[in-house]
Amino acid sequence: MTITPPSPAQPSSQVFEYAPAPESRSIVDIAPSYGLFVDGEFVDGSGEAMKTVNPATEEVLSEVAVGTEADVDRAVRAARRAFTRVWGPMRPADRGKYLFRIARLLQERAREFAVLESLDNGKPIRESRDVDVPLAAAHFFYHAGWADKLEHAGLGPAPRPLGVAGQVIPWNFPLLMLAWKVAPALATGNTVVLKPAETTPLTALLFAEVCRQADLPPGVVNIVTGAGDTGRAVVEHDDVDKVAFTGSTEVGRSIARAVAGTRKKLTLELGGKAANIVFDDAPIDQAVEGIVQGIFFNQGHVCCAGSRLLVQENVHDEVIASLQRRIGTLRVGDPLDKNTDLGAINSAEQLARVRELSDIGEAEGATRWQPDCQLPDRGFWFPPTVFTGVSPAHRIARDEVFGPVLSVLTFRTPDEAVAKANNSTYGLSAGIWSEKGSRILAIADRLRAGVVWANTFNQFDPTSPFGGYKQSGYGREGGRHGLAAYLSTGDEQ
Amino acid sequence: MTHVLDPHALTAETPPRREPPTPFADVTRSESAFRAFLHGLPGVDQVGAQSRVAVLGTRSIKTTSKAWAIDTAISMVDLTTLEGADTPGKVRSLAAKARRPDPTDPGCPPVAAVCVYGDLAGIAKEALAGTGINVAAVATAFPSGRASRAVKLADVRDAVANGADEIDMVIDRGAFLSGRYLDVFDEIVAVKEACGEAHLKVILETGELVTLDAVRRASWLAMLAGGDFIKTSTGKISPAATLPVCLVMMEAVRDFRAATGRQVGVKPAGGIRTTKDAVKHLVLVNETAGPDWLTPDWFRIGASSLLNDLLLQRQKLRTGHYSGPDHVSVD
Repeated sequence: MTITPPSPAQPSSQVFEYAPAPESRSIVDIAPSYGLFVDGEFVDGSGEAMKTVNPATEEVLSEVAVGTEADVDRAVRAARRAFTRVWGPMRPADRGKYLFRIARLLQERAREFAVLESLDNGKPIRESRDVDVPLAAAHFFYHAGWADKLEHAGLGPAPRPLGVAGQVIPWNFPLLMLAWKVAPALATGNTVVLKPAETTPLTALLFAEVCRQADLPPGVVNIVTGAGDTGRAVVEHDDVDKVAFTGSTEVGRSIARAVAGTRKKLTLELGGKAANIVFDDAPIDQAVEGIVQGIFFNQGHVCCAGSRLLVQENVHDEVIASLQRRIGTLRVGDPLDKNTDLGAINSAEQLARVRELSDIGEAEGATRWQPDCQLPDRGFWFPPTVFTGVSPAHRIARDEVFGPVLSVLTFRTPDEAVAKANNSTYGLSAGIWSEKGSRILAIADRLRAGVVWANTFNQFDPTSPFGGYKQSGYGREGGRHGLAAYLSTGDEQ
Repeated sequence: MTHVLDPHALTAETPPRREPPTPFADVTRSESAFRAFLHGLPGVDQVGAQSRVAVLGTRSIKTTSKAWAIDTAISMVDLTTLEGADTPGKVRSLAAKARRPDPTDPGCPPVAAVCVYGDLAGIAKEALAGTGINVAAVATAFPSGRASRAVKLADVRDAVANGADEIDMVIDRGAFLSGRYLDVFDEIVAVKEACGEAHLKVILETGELVTLDAVRRASWLAMLAGGDFIKTSTGKISPAATLPVCLVMMEAVRDFRAATGRQVGVKPAGGIRTTKDAVKHLVLVNETAGPDWLTPDWFRIGASSLLNDLLLQRQKLRTGHYSGPDHVSVD
């Protein structure tokens, strides 16, 4: 397969121009086609195979099987068998050993996973290398430690696994979301059927290989690729005991409907429209970094992205000037270049949505600002974008754009900041920037958001529970709280 | 108080305080006004500053950009010897190295300046005559700065008279830490005046200021008082130059120019020993204050052992293989 690297996106007039520093893709071996991973083996899917592309170049990376209802049924049966015969009865300490082994393999093969993630997803290698993959390994390490200590988790004297978990994950952090789902499920003694996102299946399939390398008993982890129909089959399968979904609020709603009235336990991690609140006593330079990190991390394809900047009116001009200067230094282009800050939009479909909402923002009267940056000719790209003069009534202040688009609103008093921050149907995350500790605590108390960051943004850790209020979903992932979603404490019966 | 060196000190009228540039002309009207101004500067979040430099530290500078960075770094070095054991011979040998850092390669740029104690400035001046390389002299009771103002000013005048093109002064950290900001300001103003034509670098000794908030305040104070450069350290205190400190100083010069139109240079000194460190600093300059600072007129690196590592890396790029410490000259 010949590969054309994406053209450089930086203007060449720089004094100190950074020469291309691409991470080599030779470390990863992409097969021309992939099957489904069921019962420890790769098998053909019954559906018509789909193609997965590199969003930075539109090059087809591989063909991936599509699982039908029958395929999902096979996977669920395998998972059930593994649960009743092997994984359920296994000594918890031994389950922990498998998880430790997987965690170590993820570390050993970190570069491979990082390159593959950037190829399939479009995110910069700096992020897949420094954030996605290390955090994924950290989730396995963390949960490996819990495997034989569950009776001390404060969830009752003898918490028991639920059985088979059906898990559907999004395309923004393909491997990391897999880890968030698979690690706690396995640690608590469940087996899984996981459906990766349609546009980013490759790292999940490489993870299947890691499961084999770790000698994980067949059927404990099953990976069924496909699109919406495959996901629906996983969620609606009668023999699934637990459903975990991360993705859009719209799909989350339909899953909630499908699961209603069944015995299935459900956790949903959905959209967000986080307020990032900058007070006039904030450390301005670090706040600007935090705003950039909050909205441009992973091209803004982050459910907890700080997409609404609430800035105190008396520092608005200063913060925006500083922000624009900083955005001018962002390096947009080849995701595999180690110096790239902003990669490609994951799909044509997502790009269309980002464009549409941005156009609506302009039509509704907000002022669009974009730095002077040249985008590659091929692939799906959108420049970092800031809208000023946004009113809480504008759609770009209410709808999740899920792209590198920041809406700037202002406030005059702390009460107004809280009112505007909470004025959203979502409630996943929020940020507060202030040098005054008492103010941070007082405001955090009043924000209806699952995560509140103070003087930082987009920090994740497996020990810290993550989840939303309102239409951002329910249930928590990570930490002690995250274990509860995969355990029966006896109260349910 | 010692006034023996300045017979008019007791009788002279106190001249009106020199005003900082607009729009900050009135901030030094009183101690409390000056304190309110400096303490009203936005705070610096230490964790945030550290994570910013950590990300900048991951920039991958290879091939042509590495070659450019190495040559640029060499041309920014203030080649320094500040030992009690310094002799004219040592200074002459350093000057020879400054002119032609790599004797095997005439394409290697000279350094920016040679930095010595004031009494040896004349020797350095003579050794560097006609090269365009500046002589920098440390003064004002370097490194502690613990002497009366009259002694410090005499020290400066002496160094300038010996031929120093640049004066590296130290601020009175005792006065700064006890909140006597106007004392520090007045002293810098007086030193600047004593410098005459010589460029003034103001050493903040950030290792003694400790917090990044204090570094930001001291940077602004030094710029308002007329310093041409702000410099991190004497090299006698650990930690000396660190990336978070340099980040805060680059932000300060950037913001100061935006507000007043006056550009001030930055010199991290001490602790930068490897090419990797130097390149990280250049990346920091590039992405914080911008390319306007990427010349020896606006950015210097105070160092001694760094130069040899830059030369070794330069030879490696040129020849494709590493040589060794015997292929560069000892200082």
